[in-house]
Amino acid sequence: MHSMQATQRSVATDEPRWVRWSLIALALAFLGFFLVLPLFSVFAEALRKGWALYVEALIEPDAIAAIQLTLIVTAIALPLNLVFGVAAAWAIAKFDFKGKSLLITLIDLPFSVSPVVAGLIYVLLFGAQGWWGAWLMEHDIKIIFAVPGIVLATVFVTFPFVARELIPLMEAQGTEEEQAAMVLGASGWQLFWKVTLPNIKWGLLYGVILCNARAMGEFGAVSVVSGHIRGMTNTIPLHVEILYNEYNFVAAFAVASILALLALVTLAAKSWVEWQADRQRALDARMATDQ
Amino acid sequence: MKFKQASVLPGFNLAFGYTIVYLSLIVLLPLSALVIKTSSLSWAQFWDVVSDDRVLASYKLTFGASLLAAGLNLVFGLLVAWVLVRYQFWGKRFIDALVDLPFALPTAVAGIALTTLYAPNGLIGQYLAPLGIQVAFKPLGIVVALTFIGLPFVVRTVQPVLQDLEAELEEAAACLGASRWQTFCKVIFPAAMPALLTGFTLAFARAVGEYGSVIFIAGNIPFESEIVPLLIIGKLEQYDYVGATAIATVMLAISFALILVINTIQWWHSRRHGMRK
Repeated sequence: MHSMQATQRSVATDEPRWVRWSLIALALAFLGFFLVLPLFSVFAEALRKGWALYVEALIEPDAIAAIQLTLIVTAIALPLNLVFGVAAAWAIAKFDFKGKSLLITLIDLPFSVSPVVAGLIYVLLFGAQGWWGAWLMEHDIKIIFAVPGIVLATVFVTFPFVARELIPLMEAQGTEEEQAAMVLGASGWQLFWKVTLPNIKWGLLYGVILCNARAMGEFGAVSVVSGHIRGMTNTIPLHVEILYNEYNFVAAFAVASILALLALVTLAAKSWVEWQADRQRALDARMATDQ
Repeated sequence: MKFKQASVLPGFNLAFGYTIVYLSLIVLLPLSALVIKTSSLSWAQFWDVVSDDRVLASYKLTFGASLLAAGLNLVFGLLVAWVLVRYQFWGKRFIDALVDLPFALPTAVAGIALTTLYAPNGLIGQYLAPLGIQVAFKPLGIVVALTFIGLPFVVRTVQPVLQDLEAELEEAAACLGASRWQTFCKVIFPAAMPALLTGFTLAFARAVGEYGSVIFIAGNIPFESEIVPLLIIGKLEQYDYVGATAIATVMLAISFALILVINTIQWWHSRRHGMRK
């Protein structure tokens, strides 16, 4: 009796062993069913009929065109939102002005808007019956059902990624280091490249990784503006949809497996960046105490 | 009162100006196009579209399935966050990284993978079919897809709160004679409450607008398994821009309302804890 009380006291803020293991088992079962199995099934279905058919689905001209288009769209959308994210974070985190929280809410807005609505708003502006539809038609400029529309929709849905990583990070870092650099005579650009950028590089990279994953994988918004023209305006996710709806399951999953691989690389890169950022923080903290 | 506080740092005008111009061009102007287009309808026209029986059925389905999915995520998200923060087990870091999979995996891929798993002849569906449970091509399938999509939200909002919870609070509760379950209900749960609510609302907001993962598994039958975003696409494909715009405006209003809810929860939370953001 006495000894039992002693052990009970030592684990007063811990659960009994059986509770612990049942909770772990339940959590793992949930994640297994909802995360691991779907991921696994993408690769299993893709390779169901062997490697030859798998490779064939990937080197088919329409698949290559879809991969190229996705890379082009991402190569345009990513730098745009990167520059915006840095500019917005600089203005918001380093200065005090009125209406700041409203501005942050507006920047986050694209996350809350349904992808379908995101696509629709560009159709209302640039579509044949839209605001500028007649003018665009006259000048033979195609935006909807063409690459520019896909780029715009992608820029919209990935709009907040870099900004929302950088704003809290730069706010936490304050302005002391930049002010010191100013006193020492640094120019604005020197200040940014030599003081601010090294401090935010991991946060920046983190935002870029997330932005890239979403840009390459966006489906709903792009689907509204693309028009699904094979070999012309199909991104990888849209190509997957078409193959799937044609009951060409092996090819659909083969192409989907590129996106699943991209997701795995994204998760690995994200974990690596988090680890690096933690390491840098620990290093900075140690240097601060050494001084 | 001045608009901006003085600062020695350069670049405010450039950065602020660029932010406003870019935000206006990409987000504000297109969204206002939606609102302006809707305001060109008469109230009766607008009401006819958004209160049509088929549209009402799809609101009911979308909100019902989203609530269920967000509820599932609330329970299991807390469980997963708890297990990841409090317990040690093999492969924990891998599992922790994997929780973000729904953010990284394109929705269309998630959609076809879940459909294949839960179809009557699929890996999971084959065991559910004899029990009379059909998931794919039924409303239940929508709940499964939305649960997948919203999974990381609750985990990622609750995890840091559980991590920062002071051990002293739980020790004090134990010293005062509380059982472990009482400590959880009266000490840990209230502390995690605002984060849980935020995560729930985020998951719900995401679920309401979700399209890619749902359309494959839903079956898309009018009055039974047709979600609101699909209805917008359907109207667009029939060149019914008025109908699409009116329903999209309702969706946009709901998005705004949910942002307001999230901001209120956070404001309430920071006020209760007497700290300023």
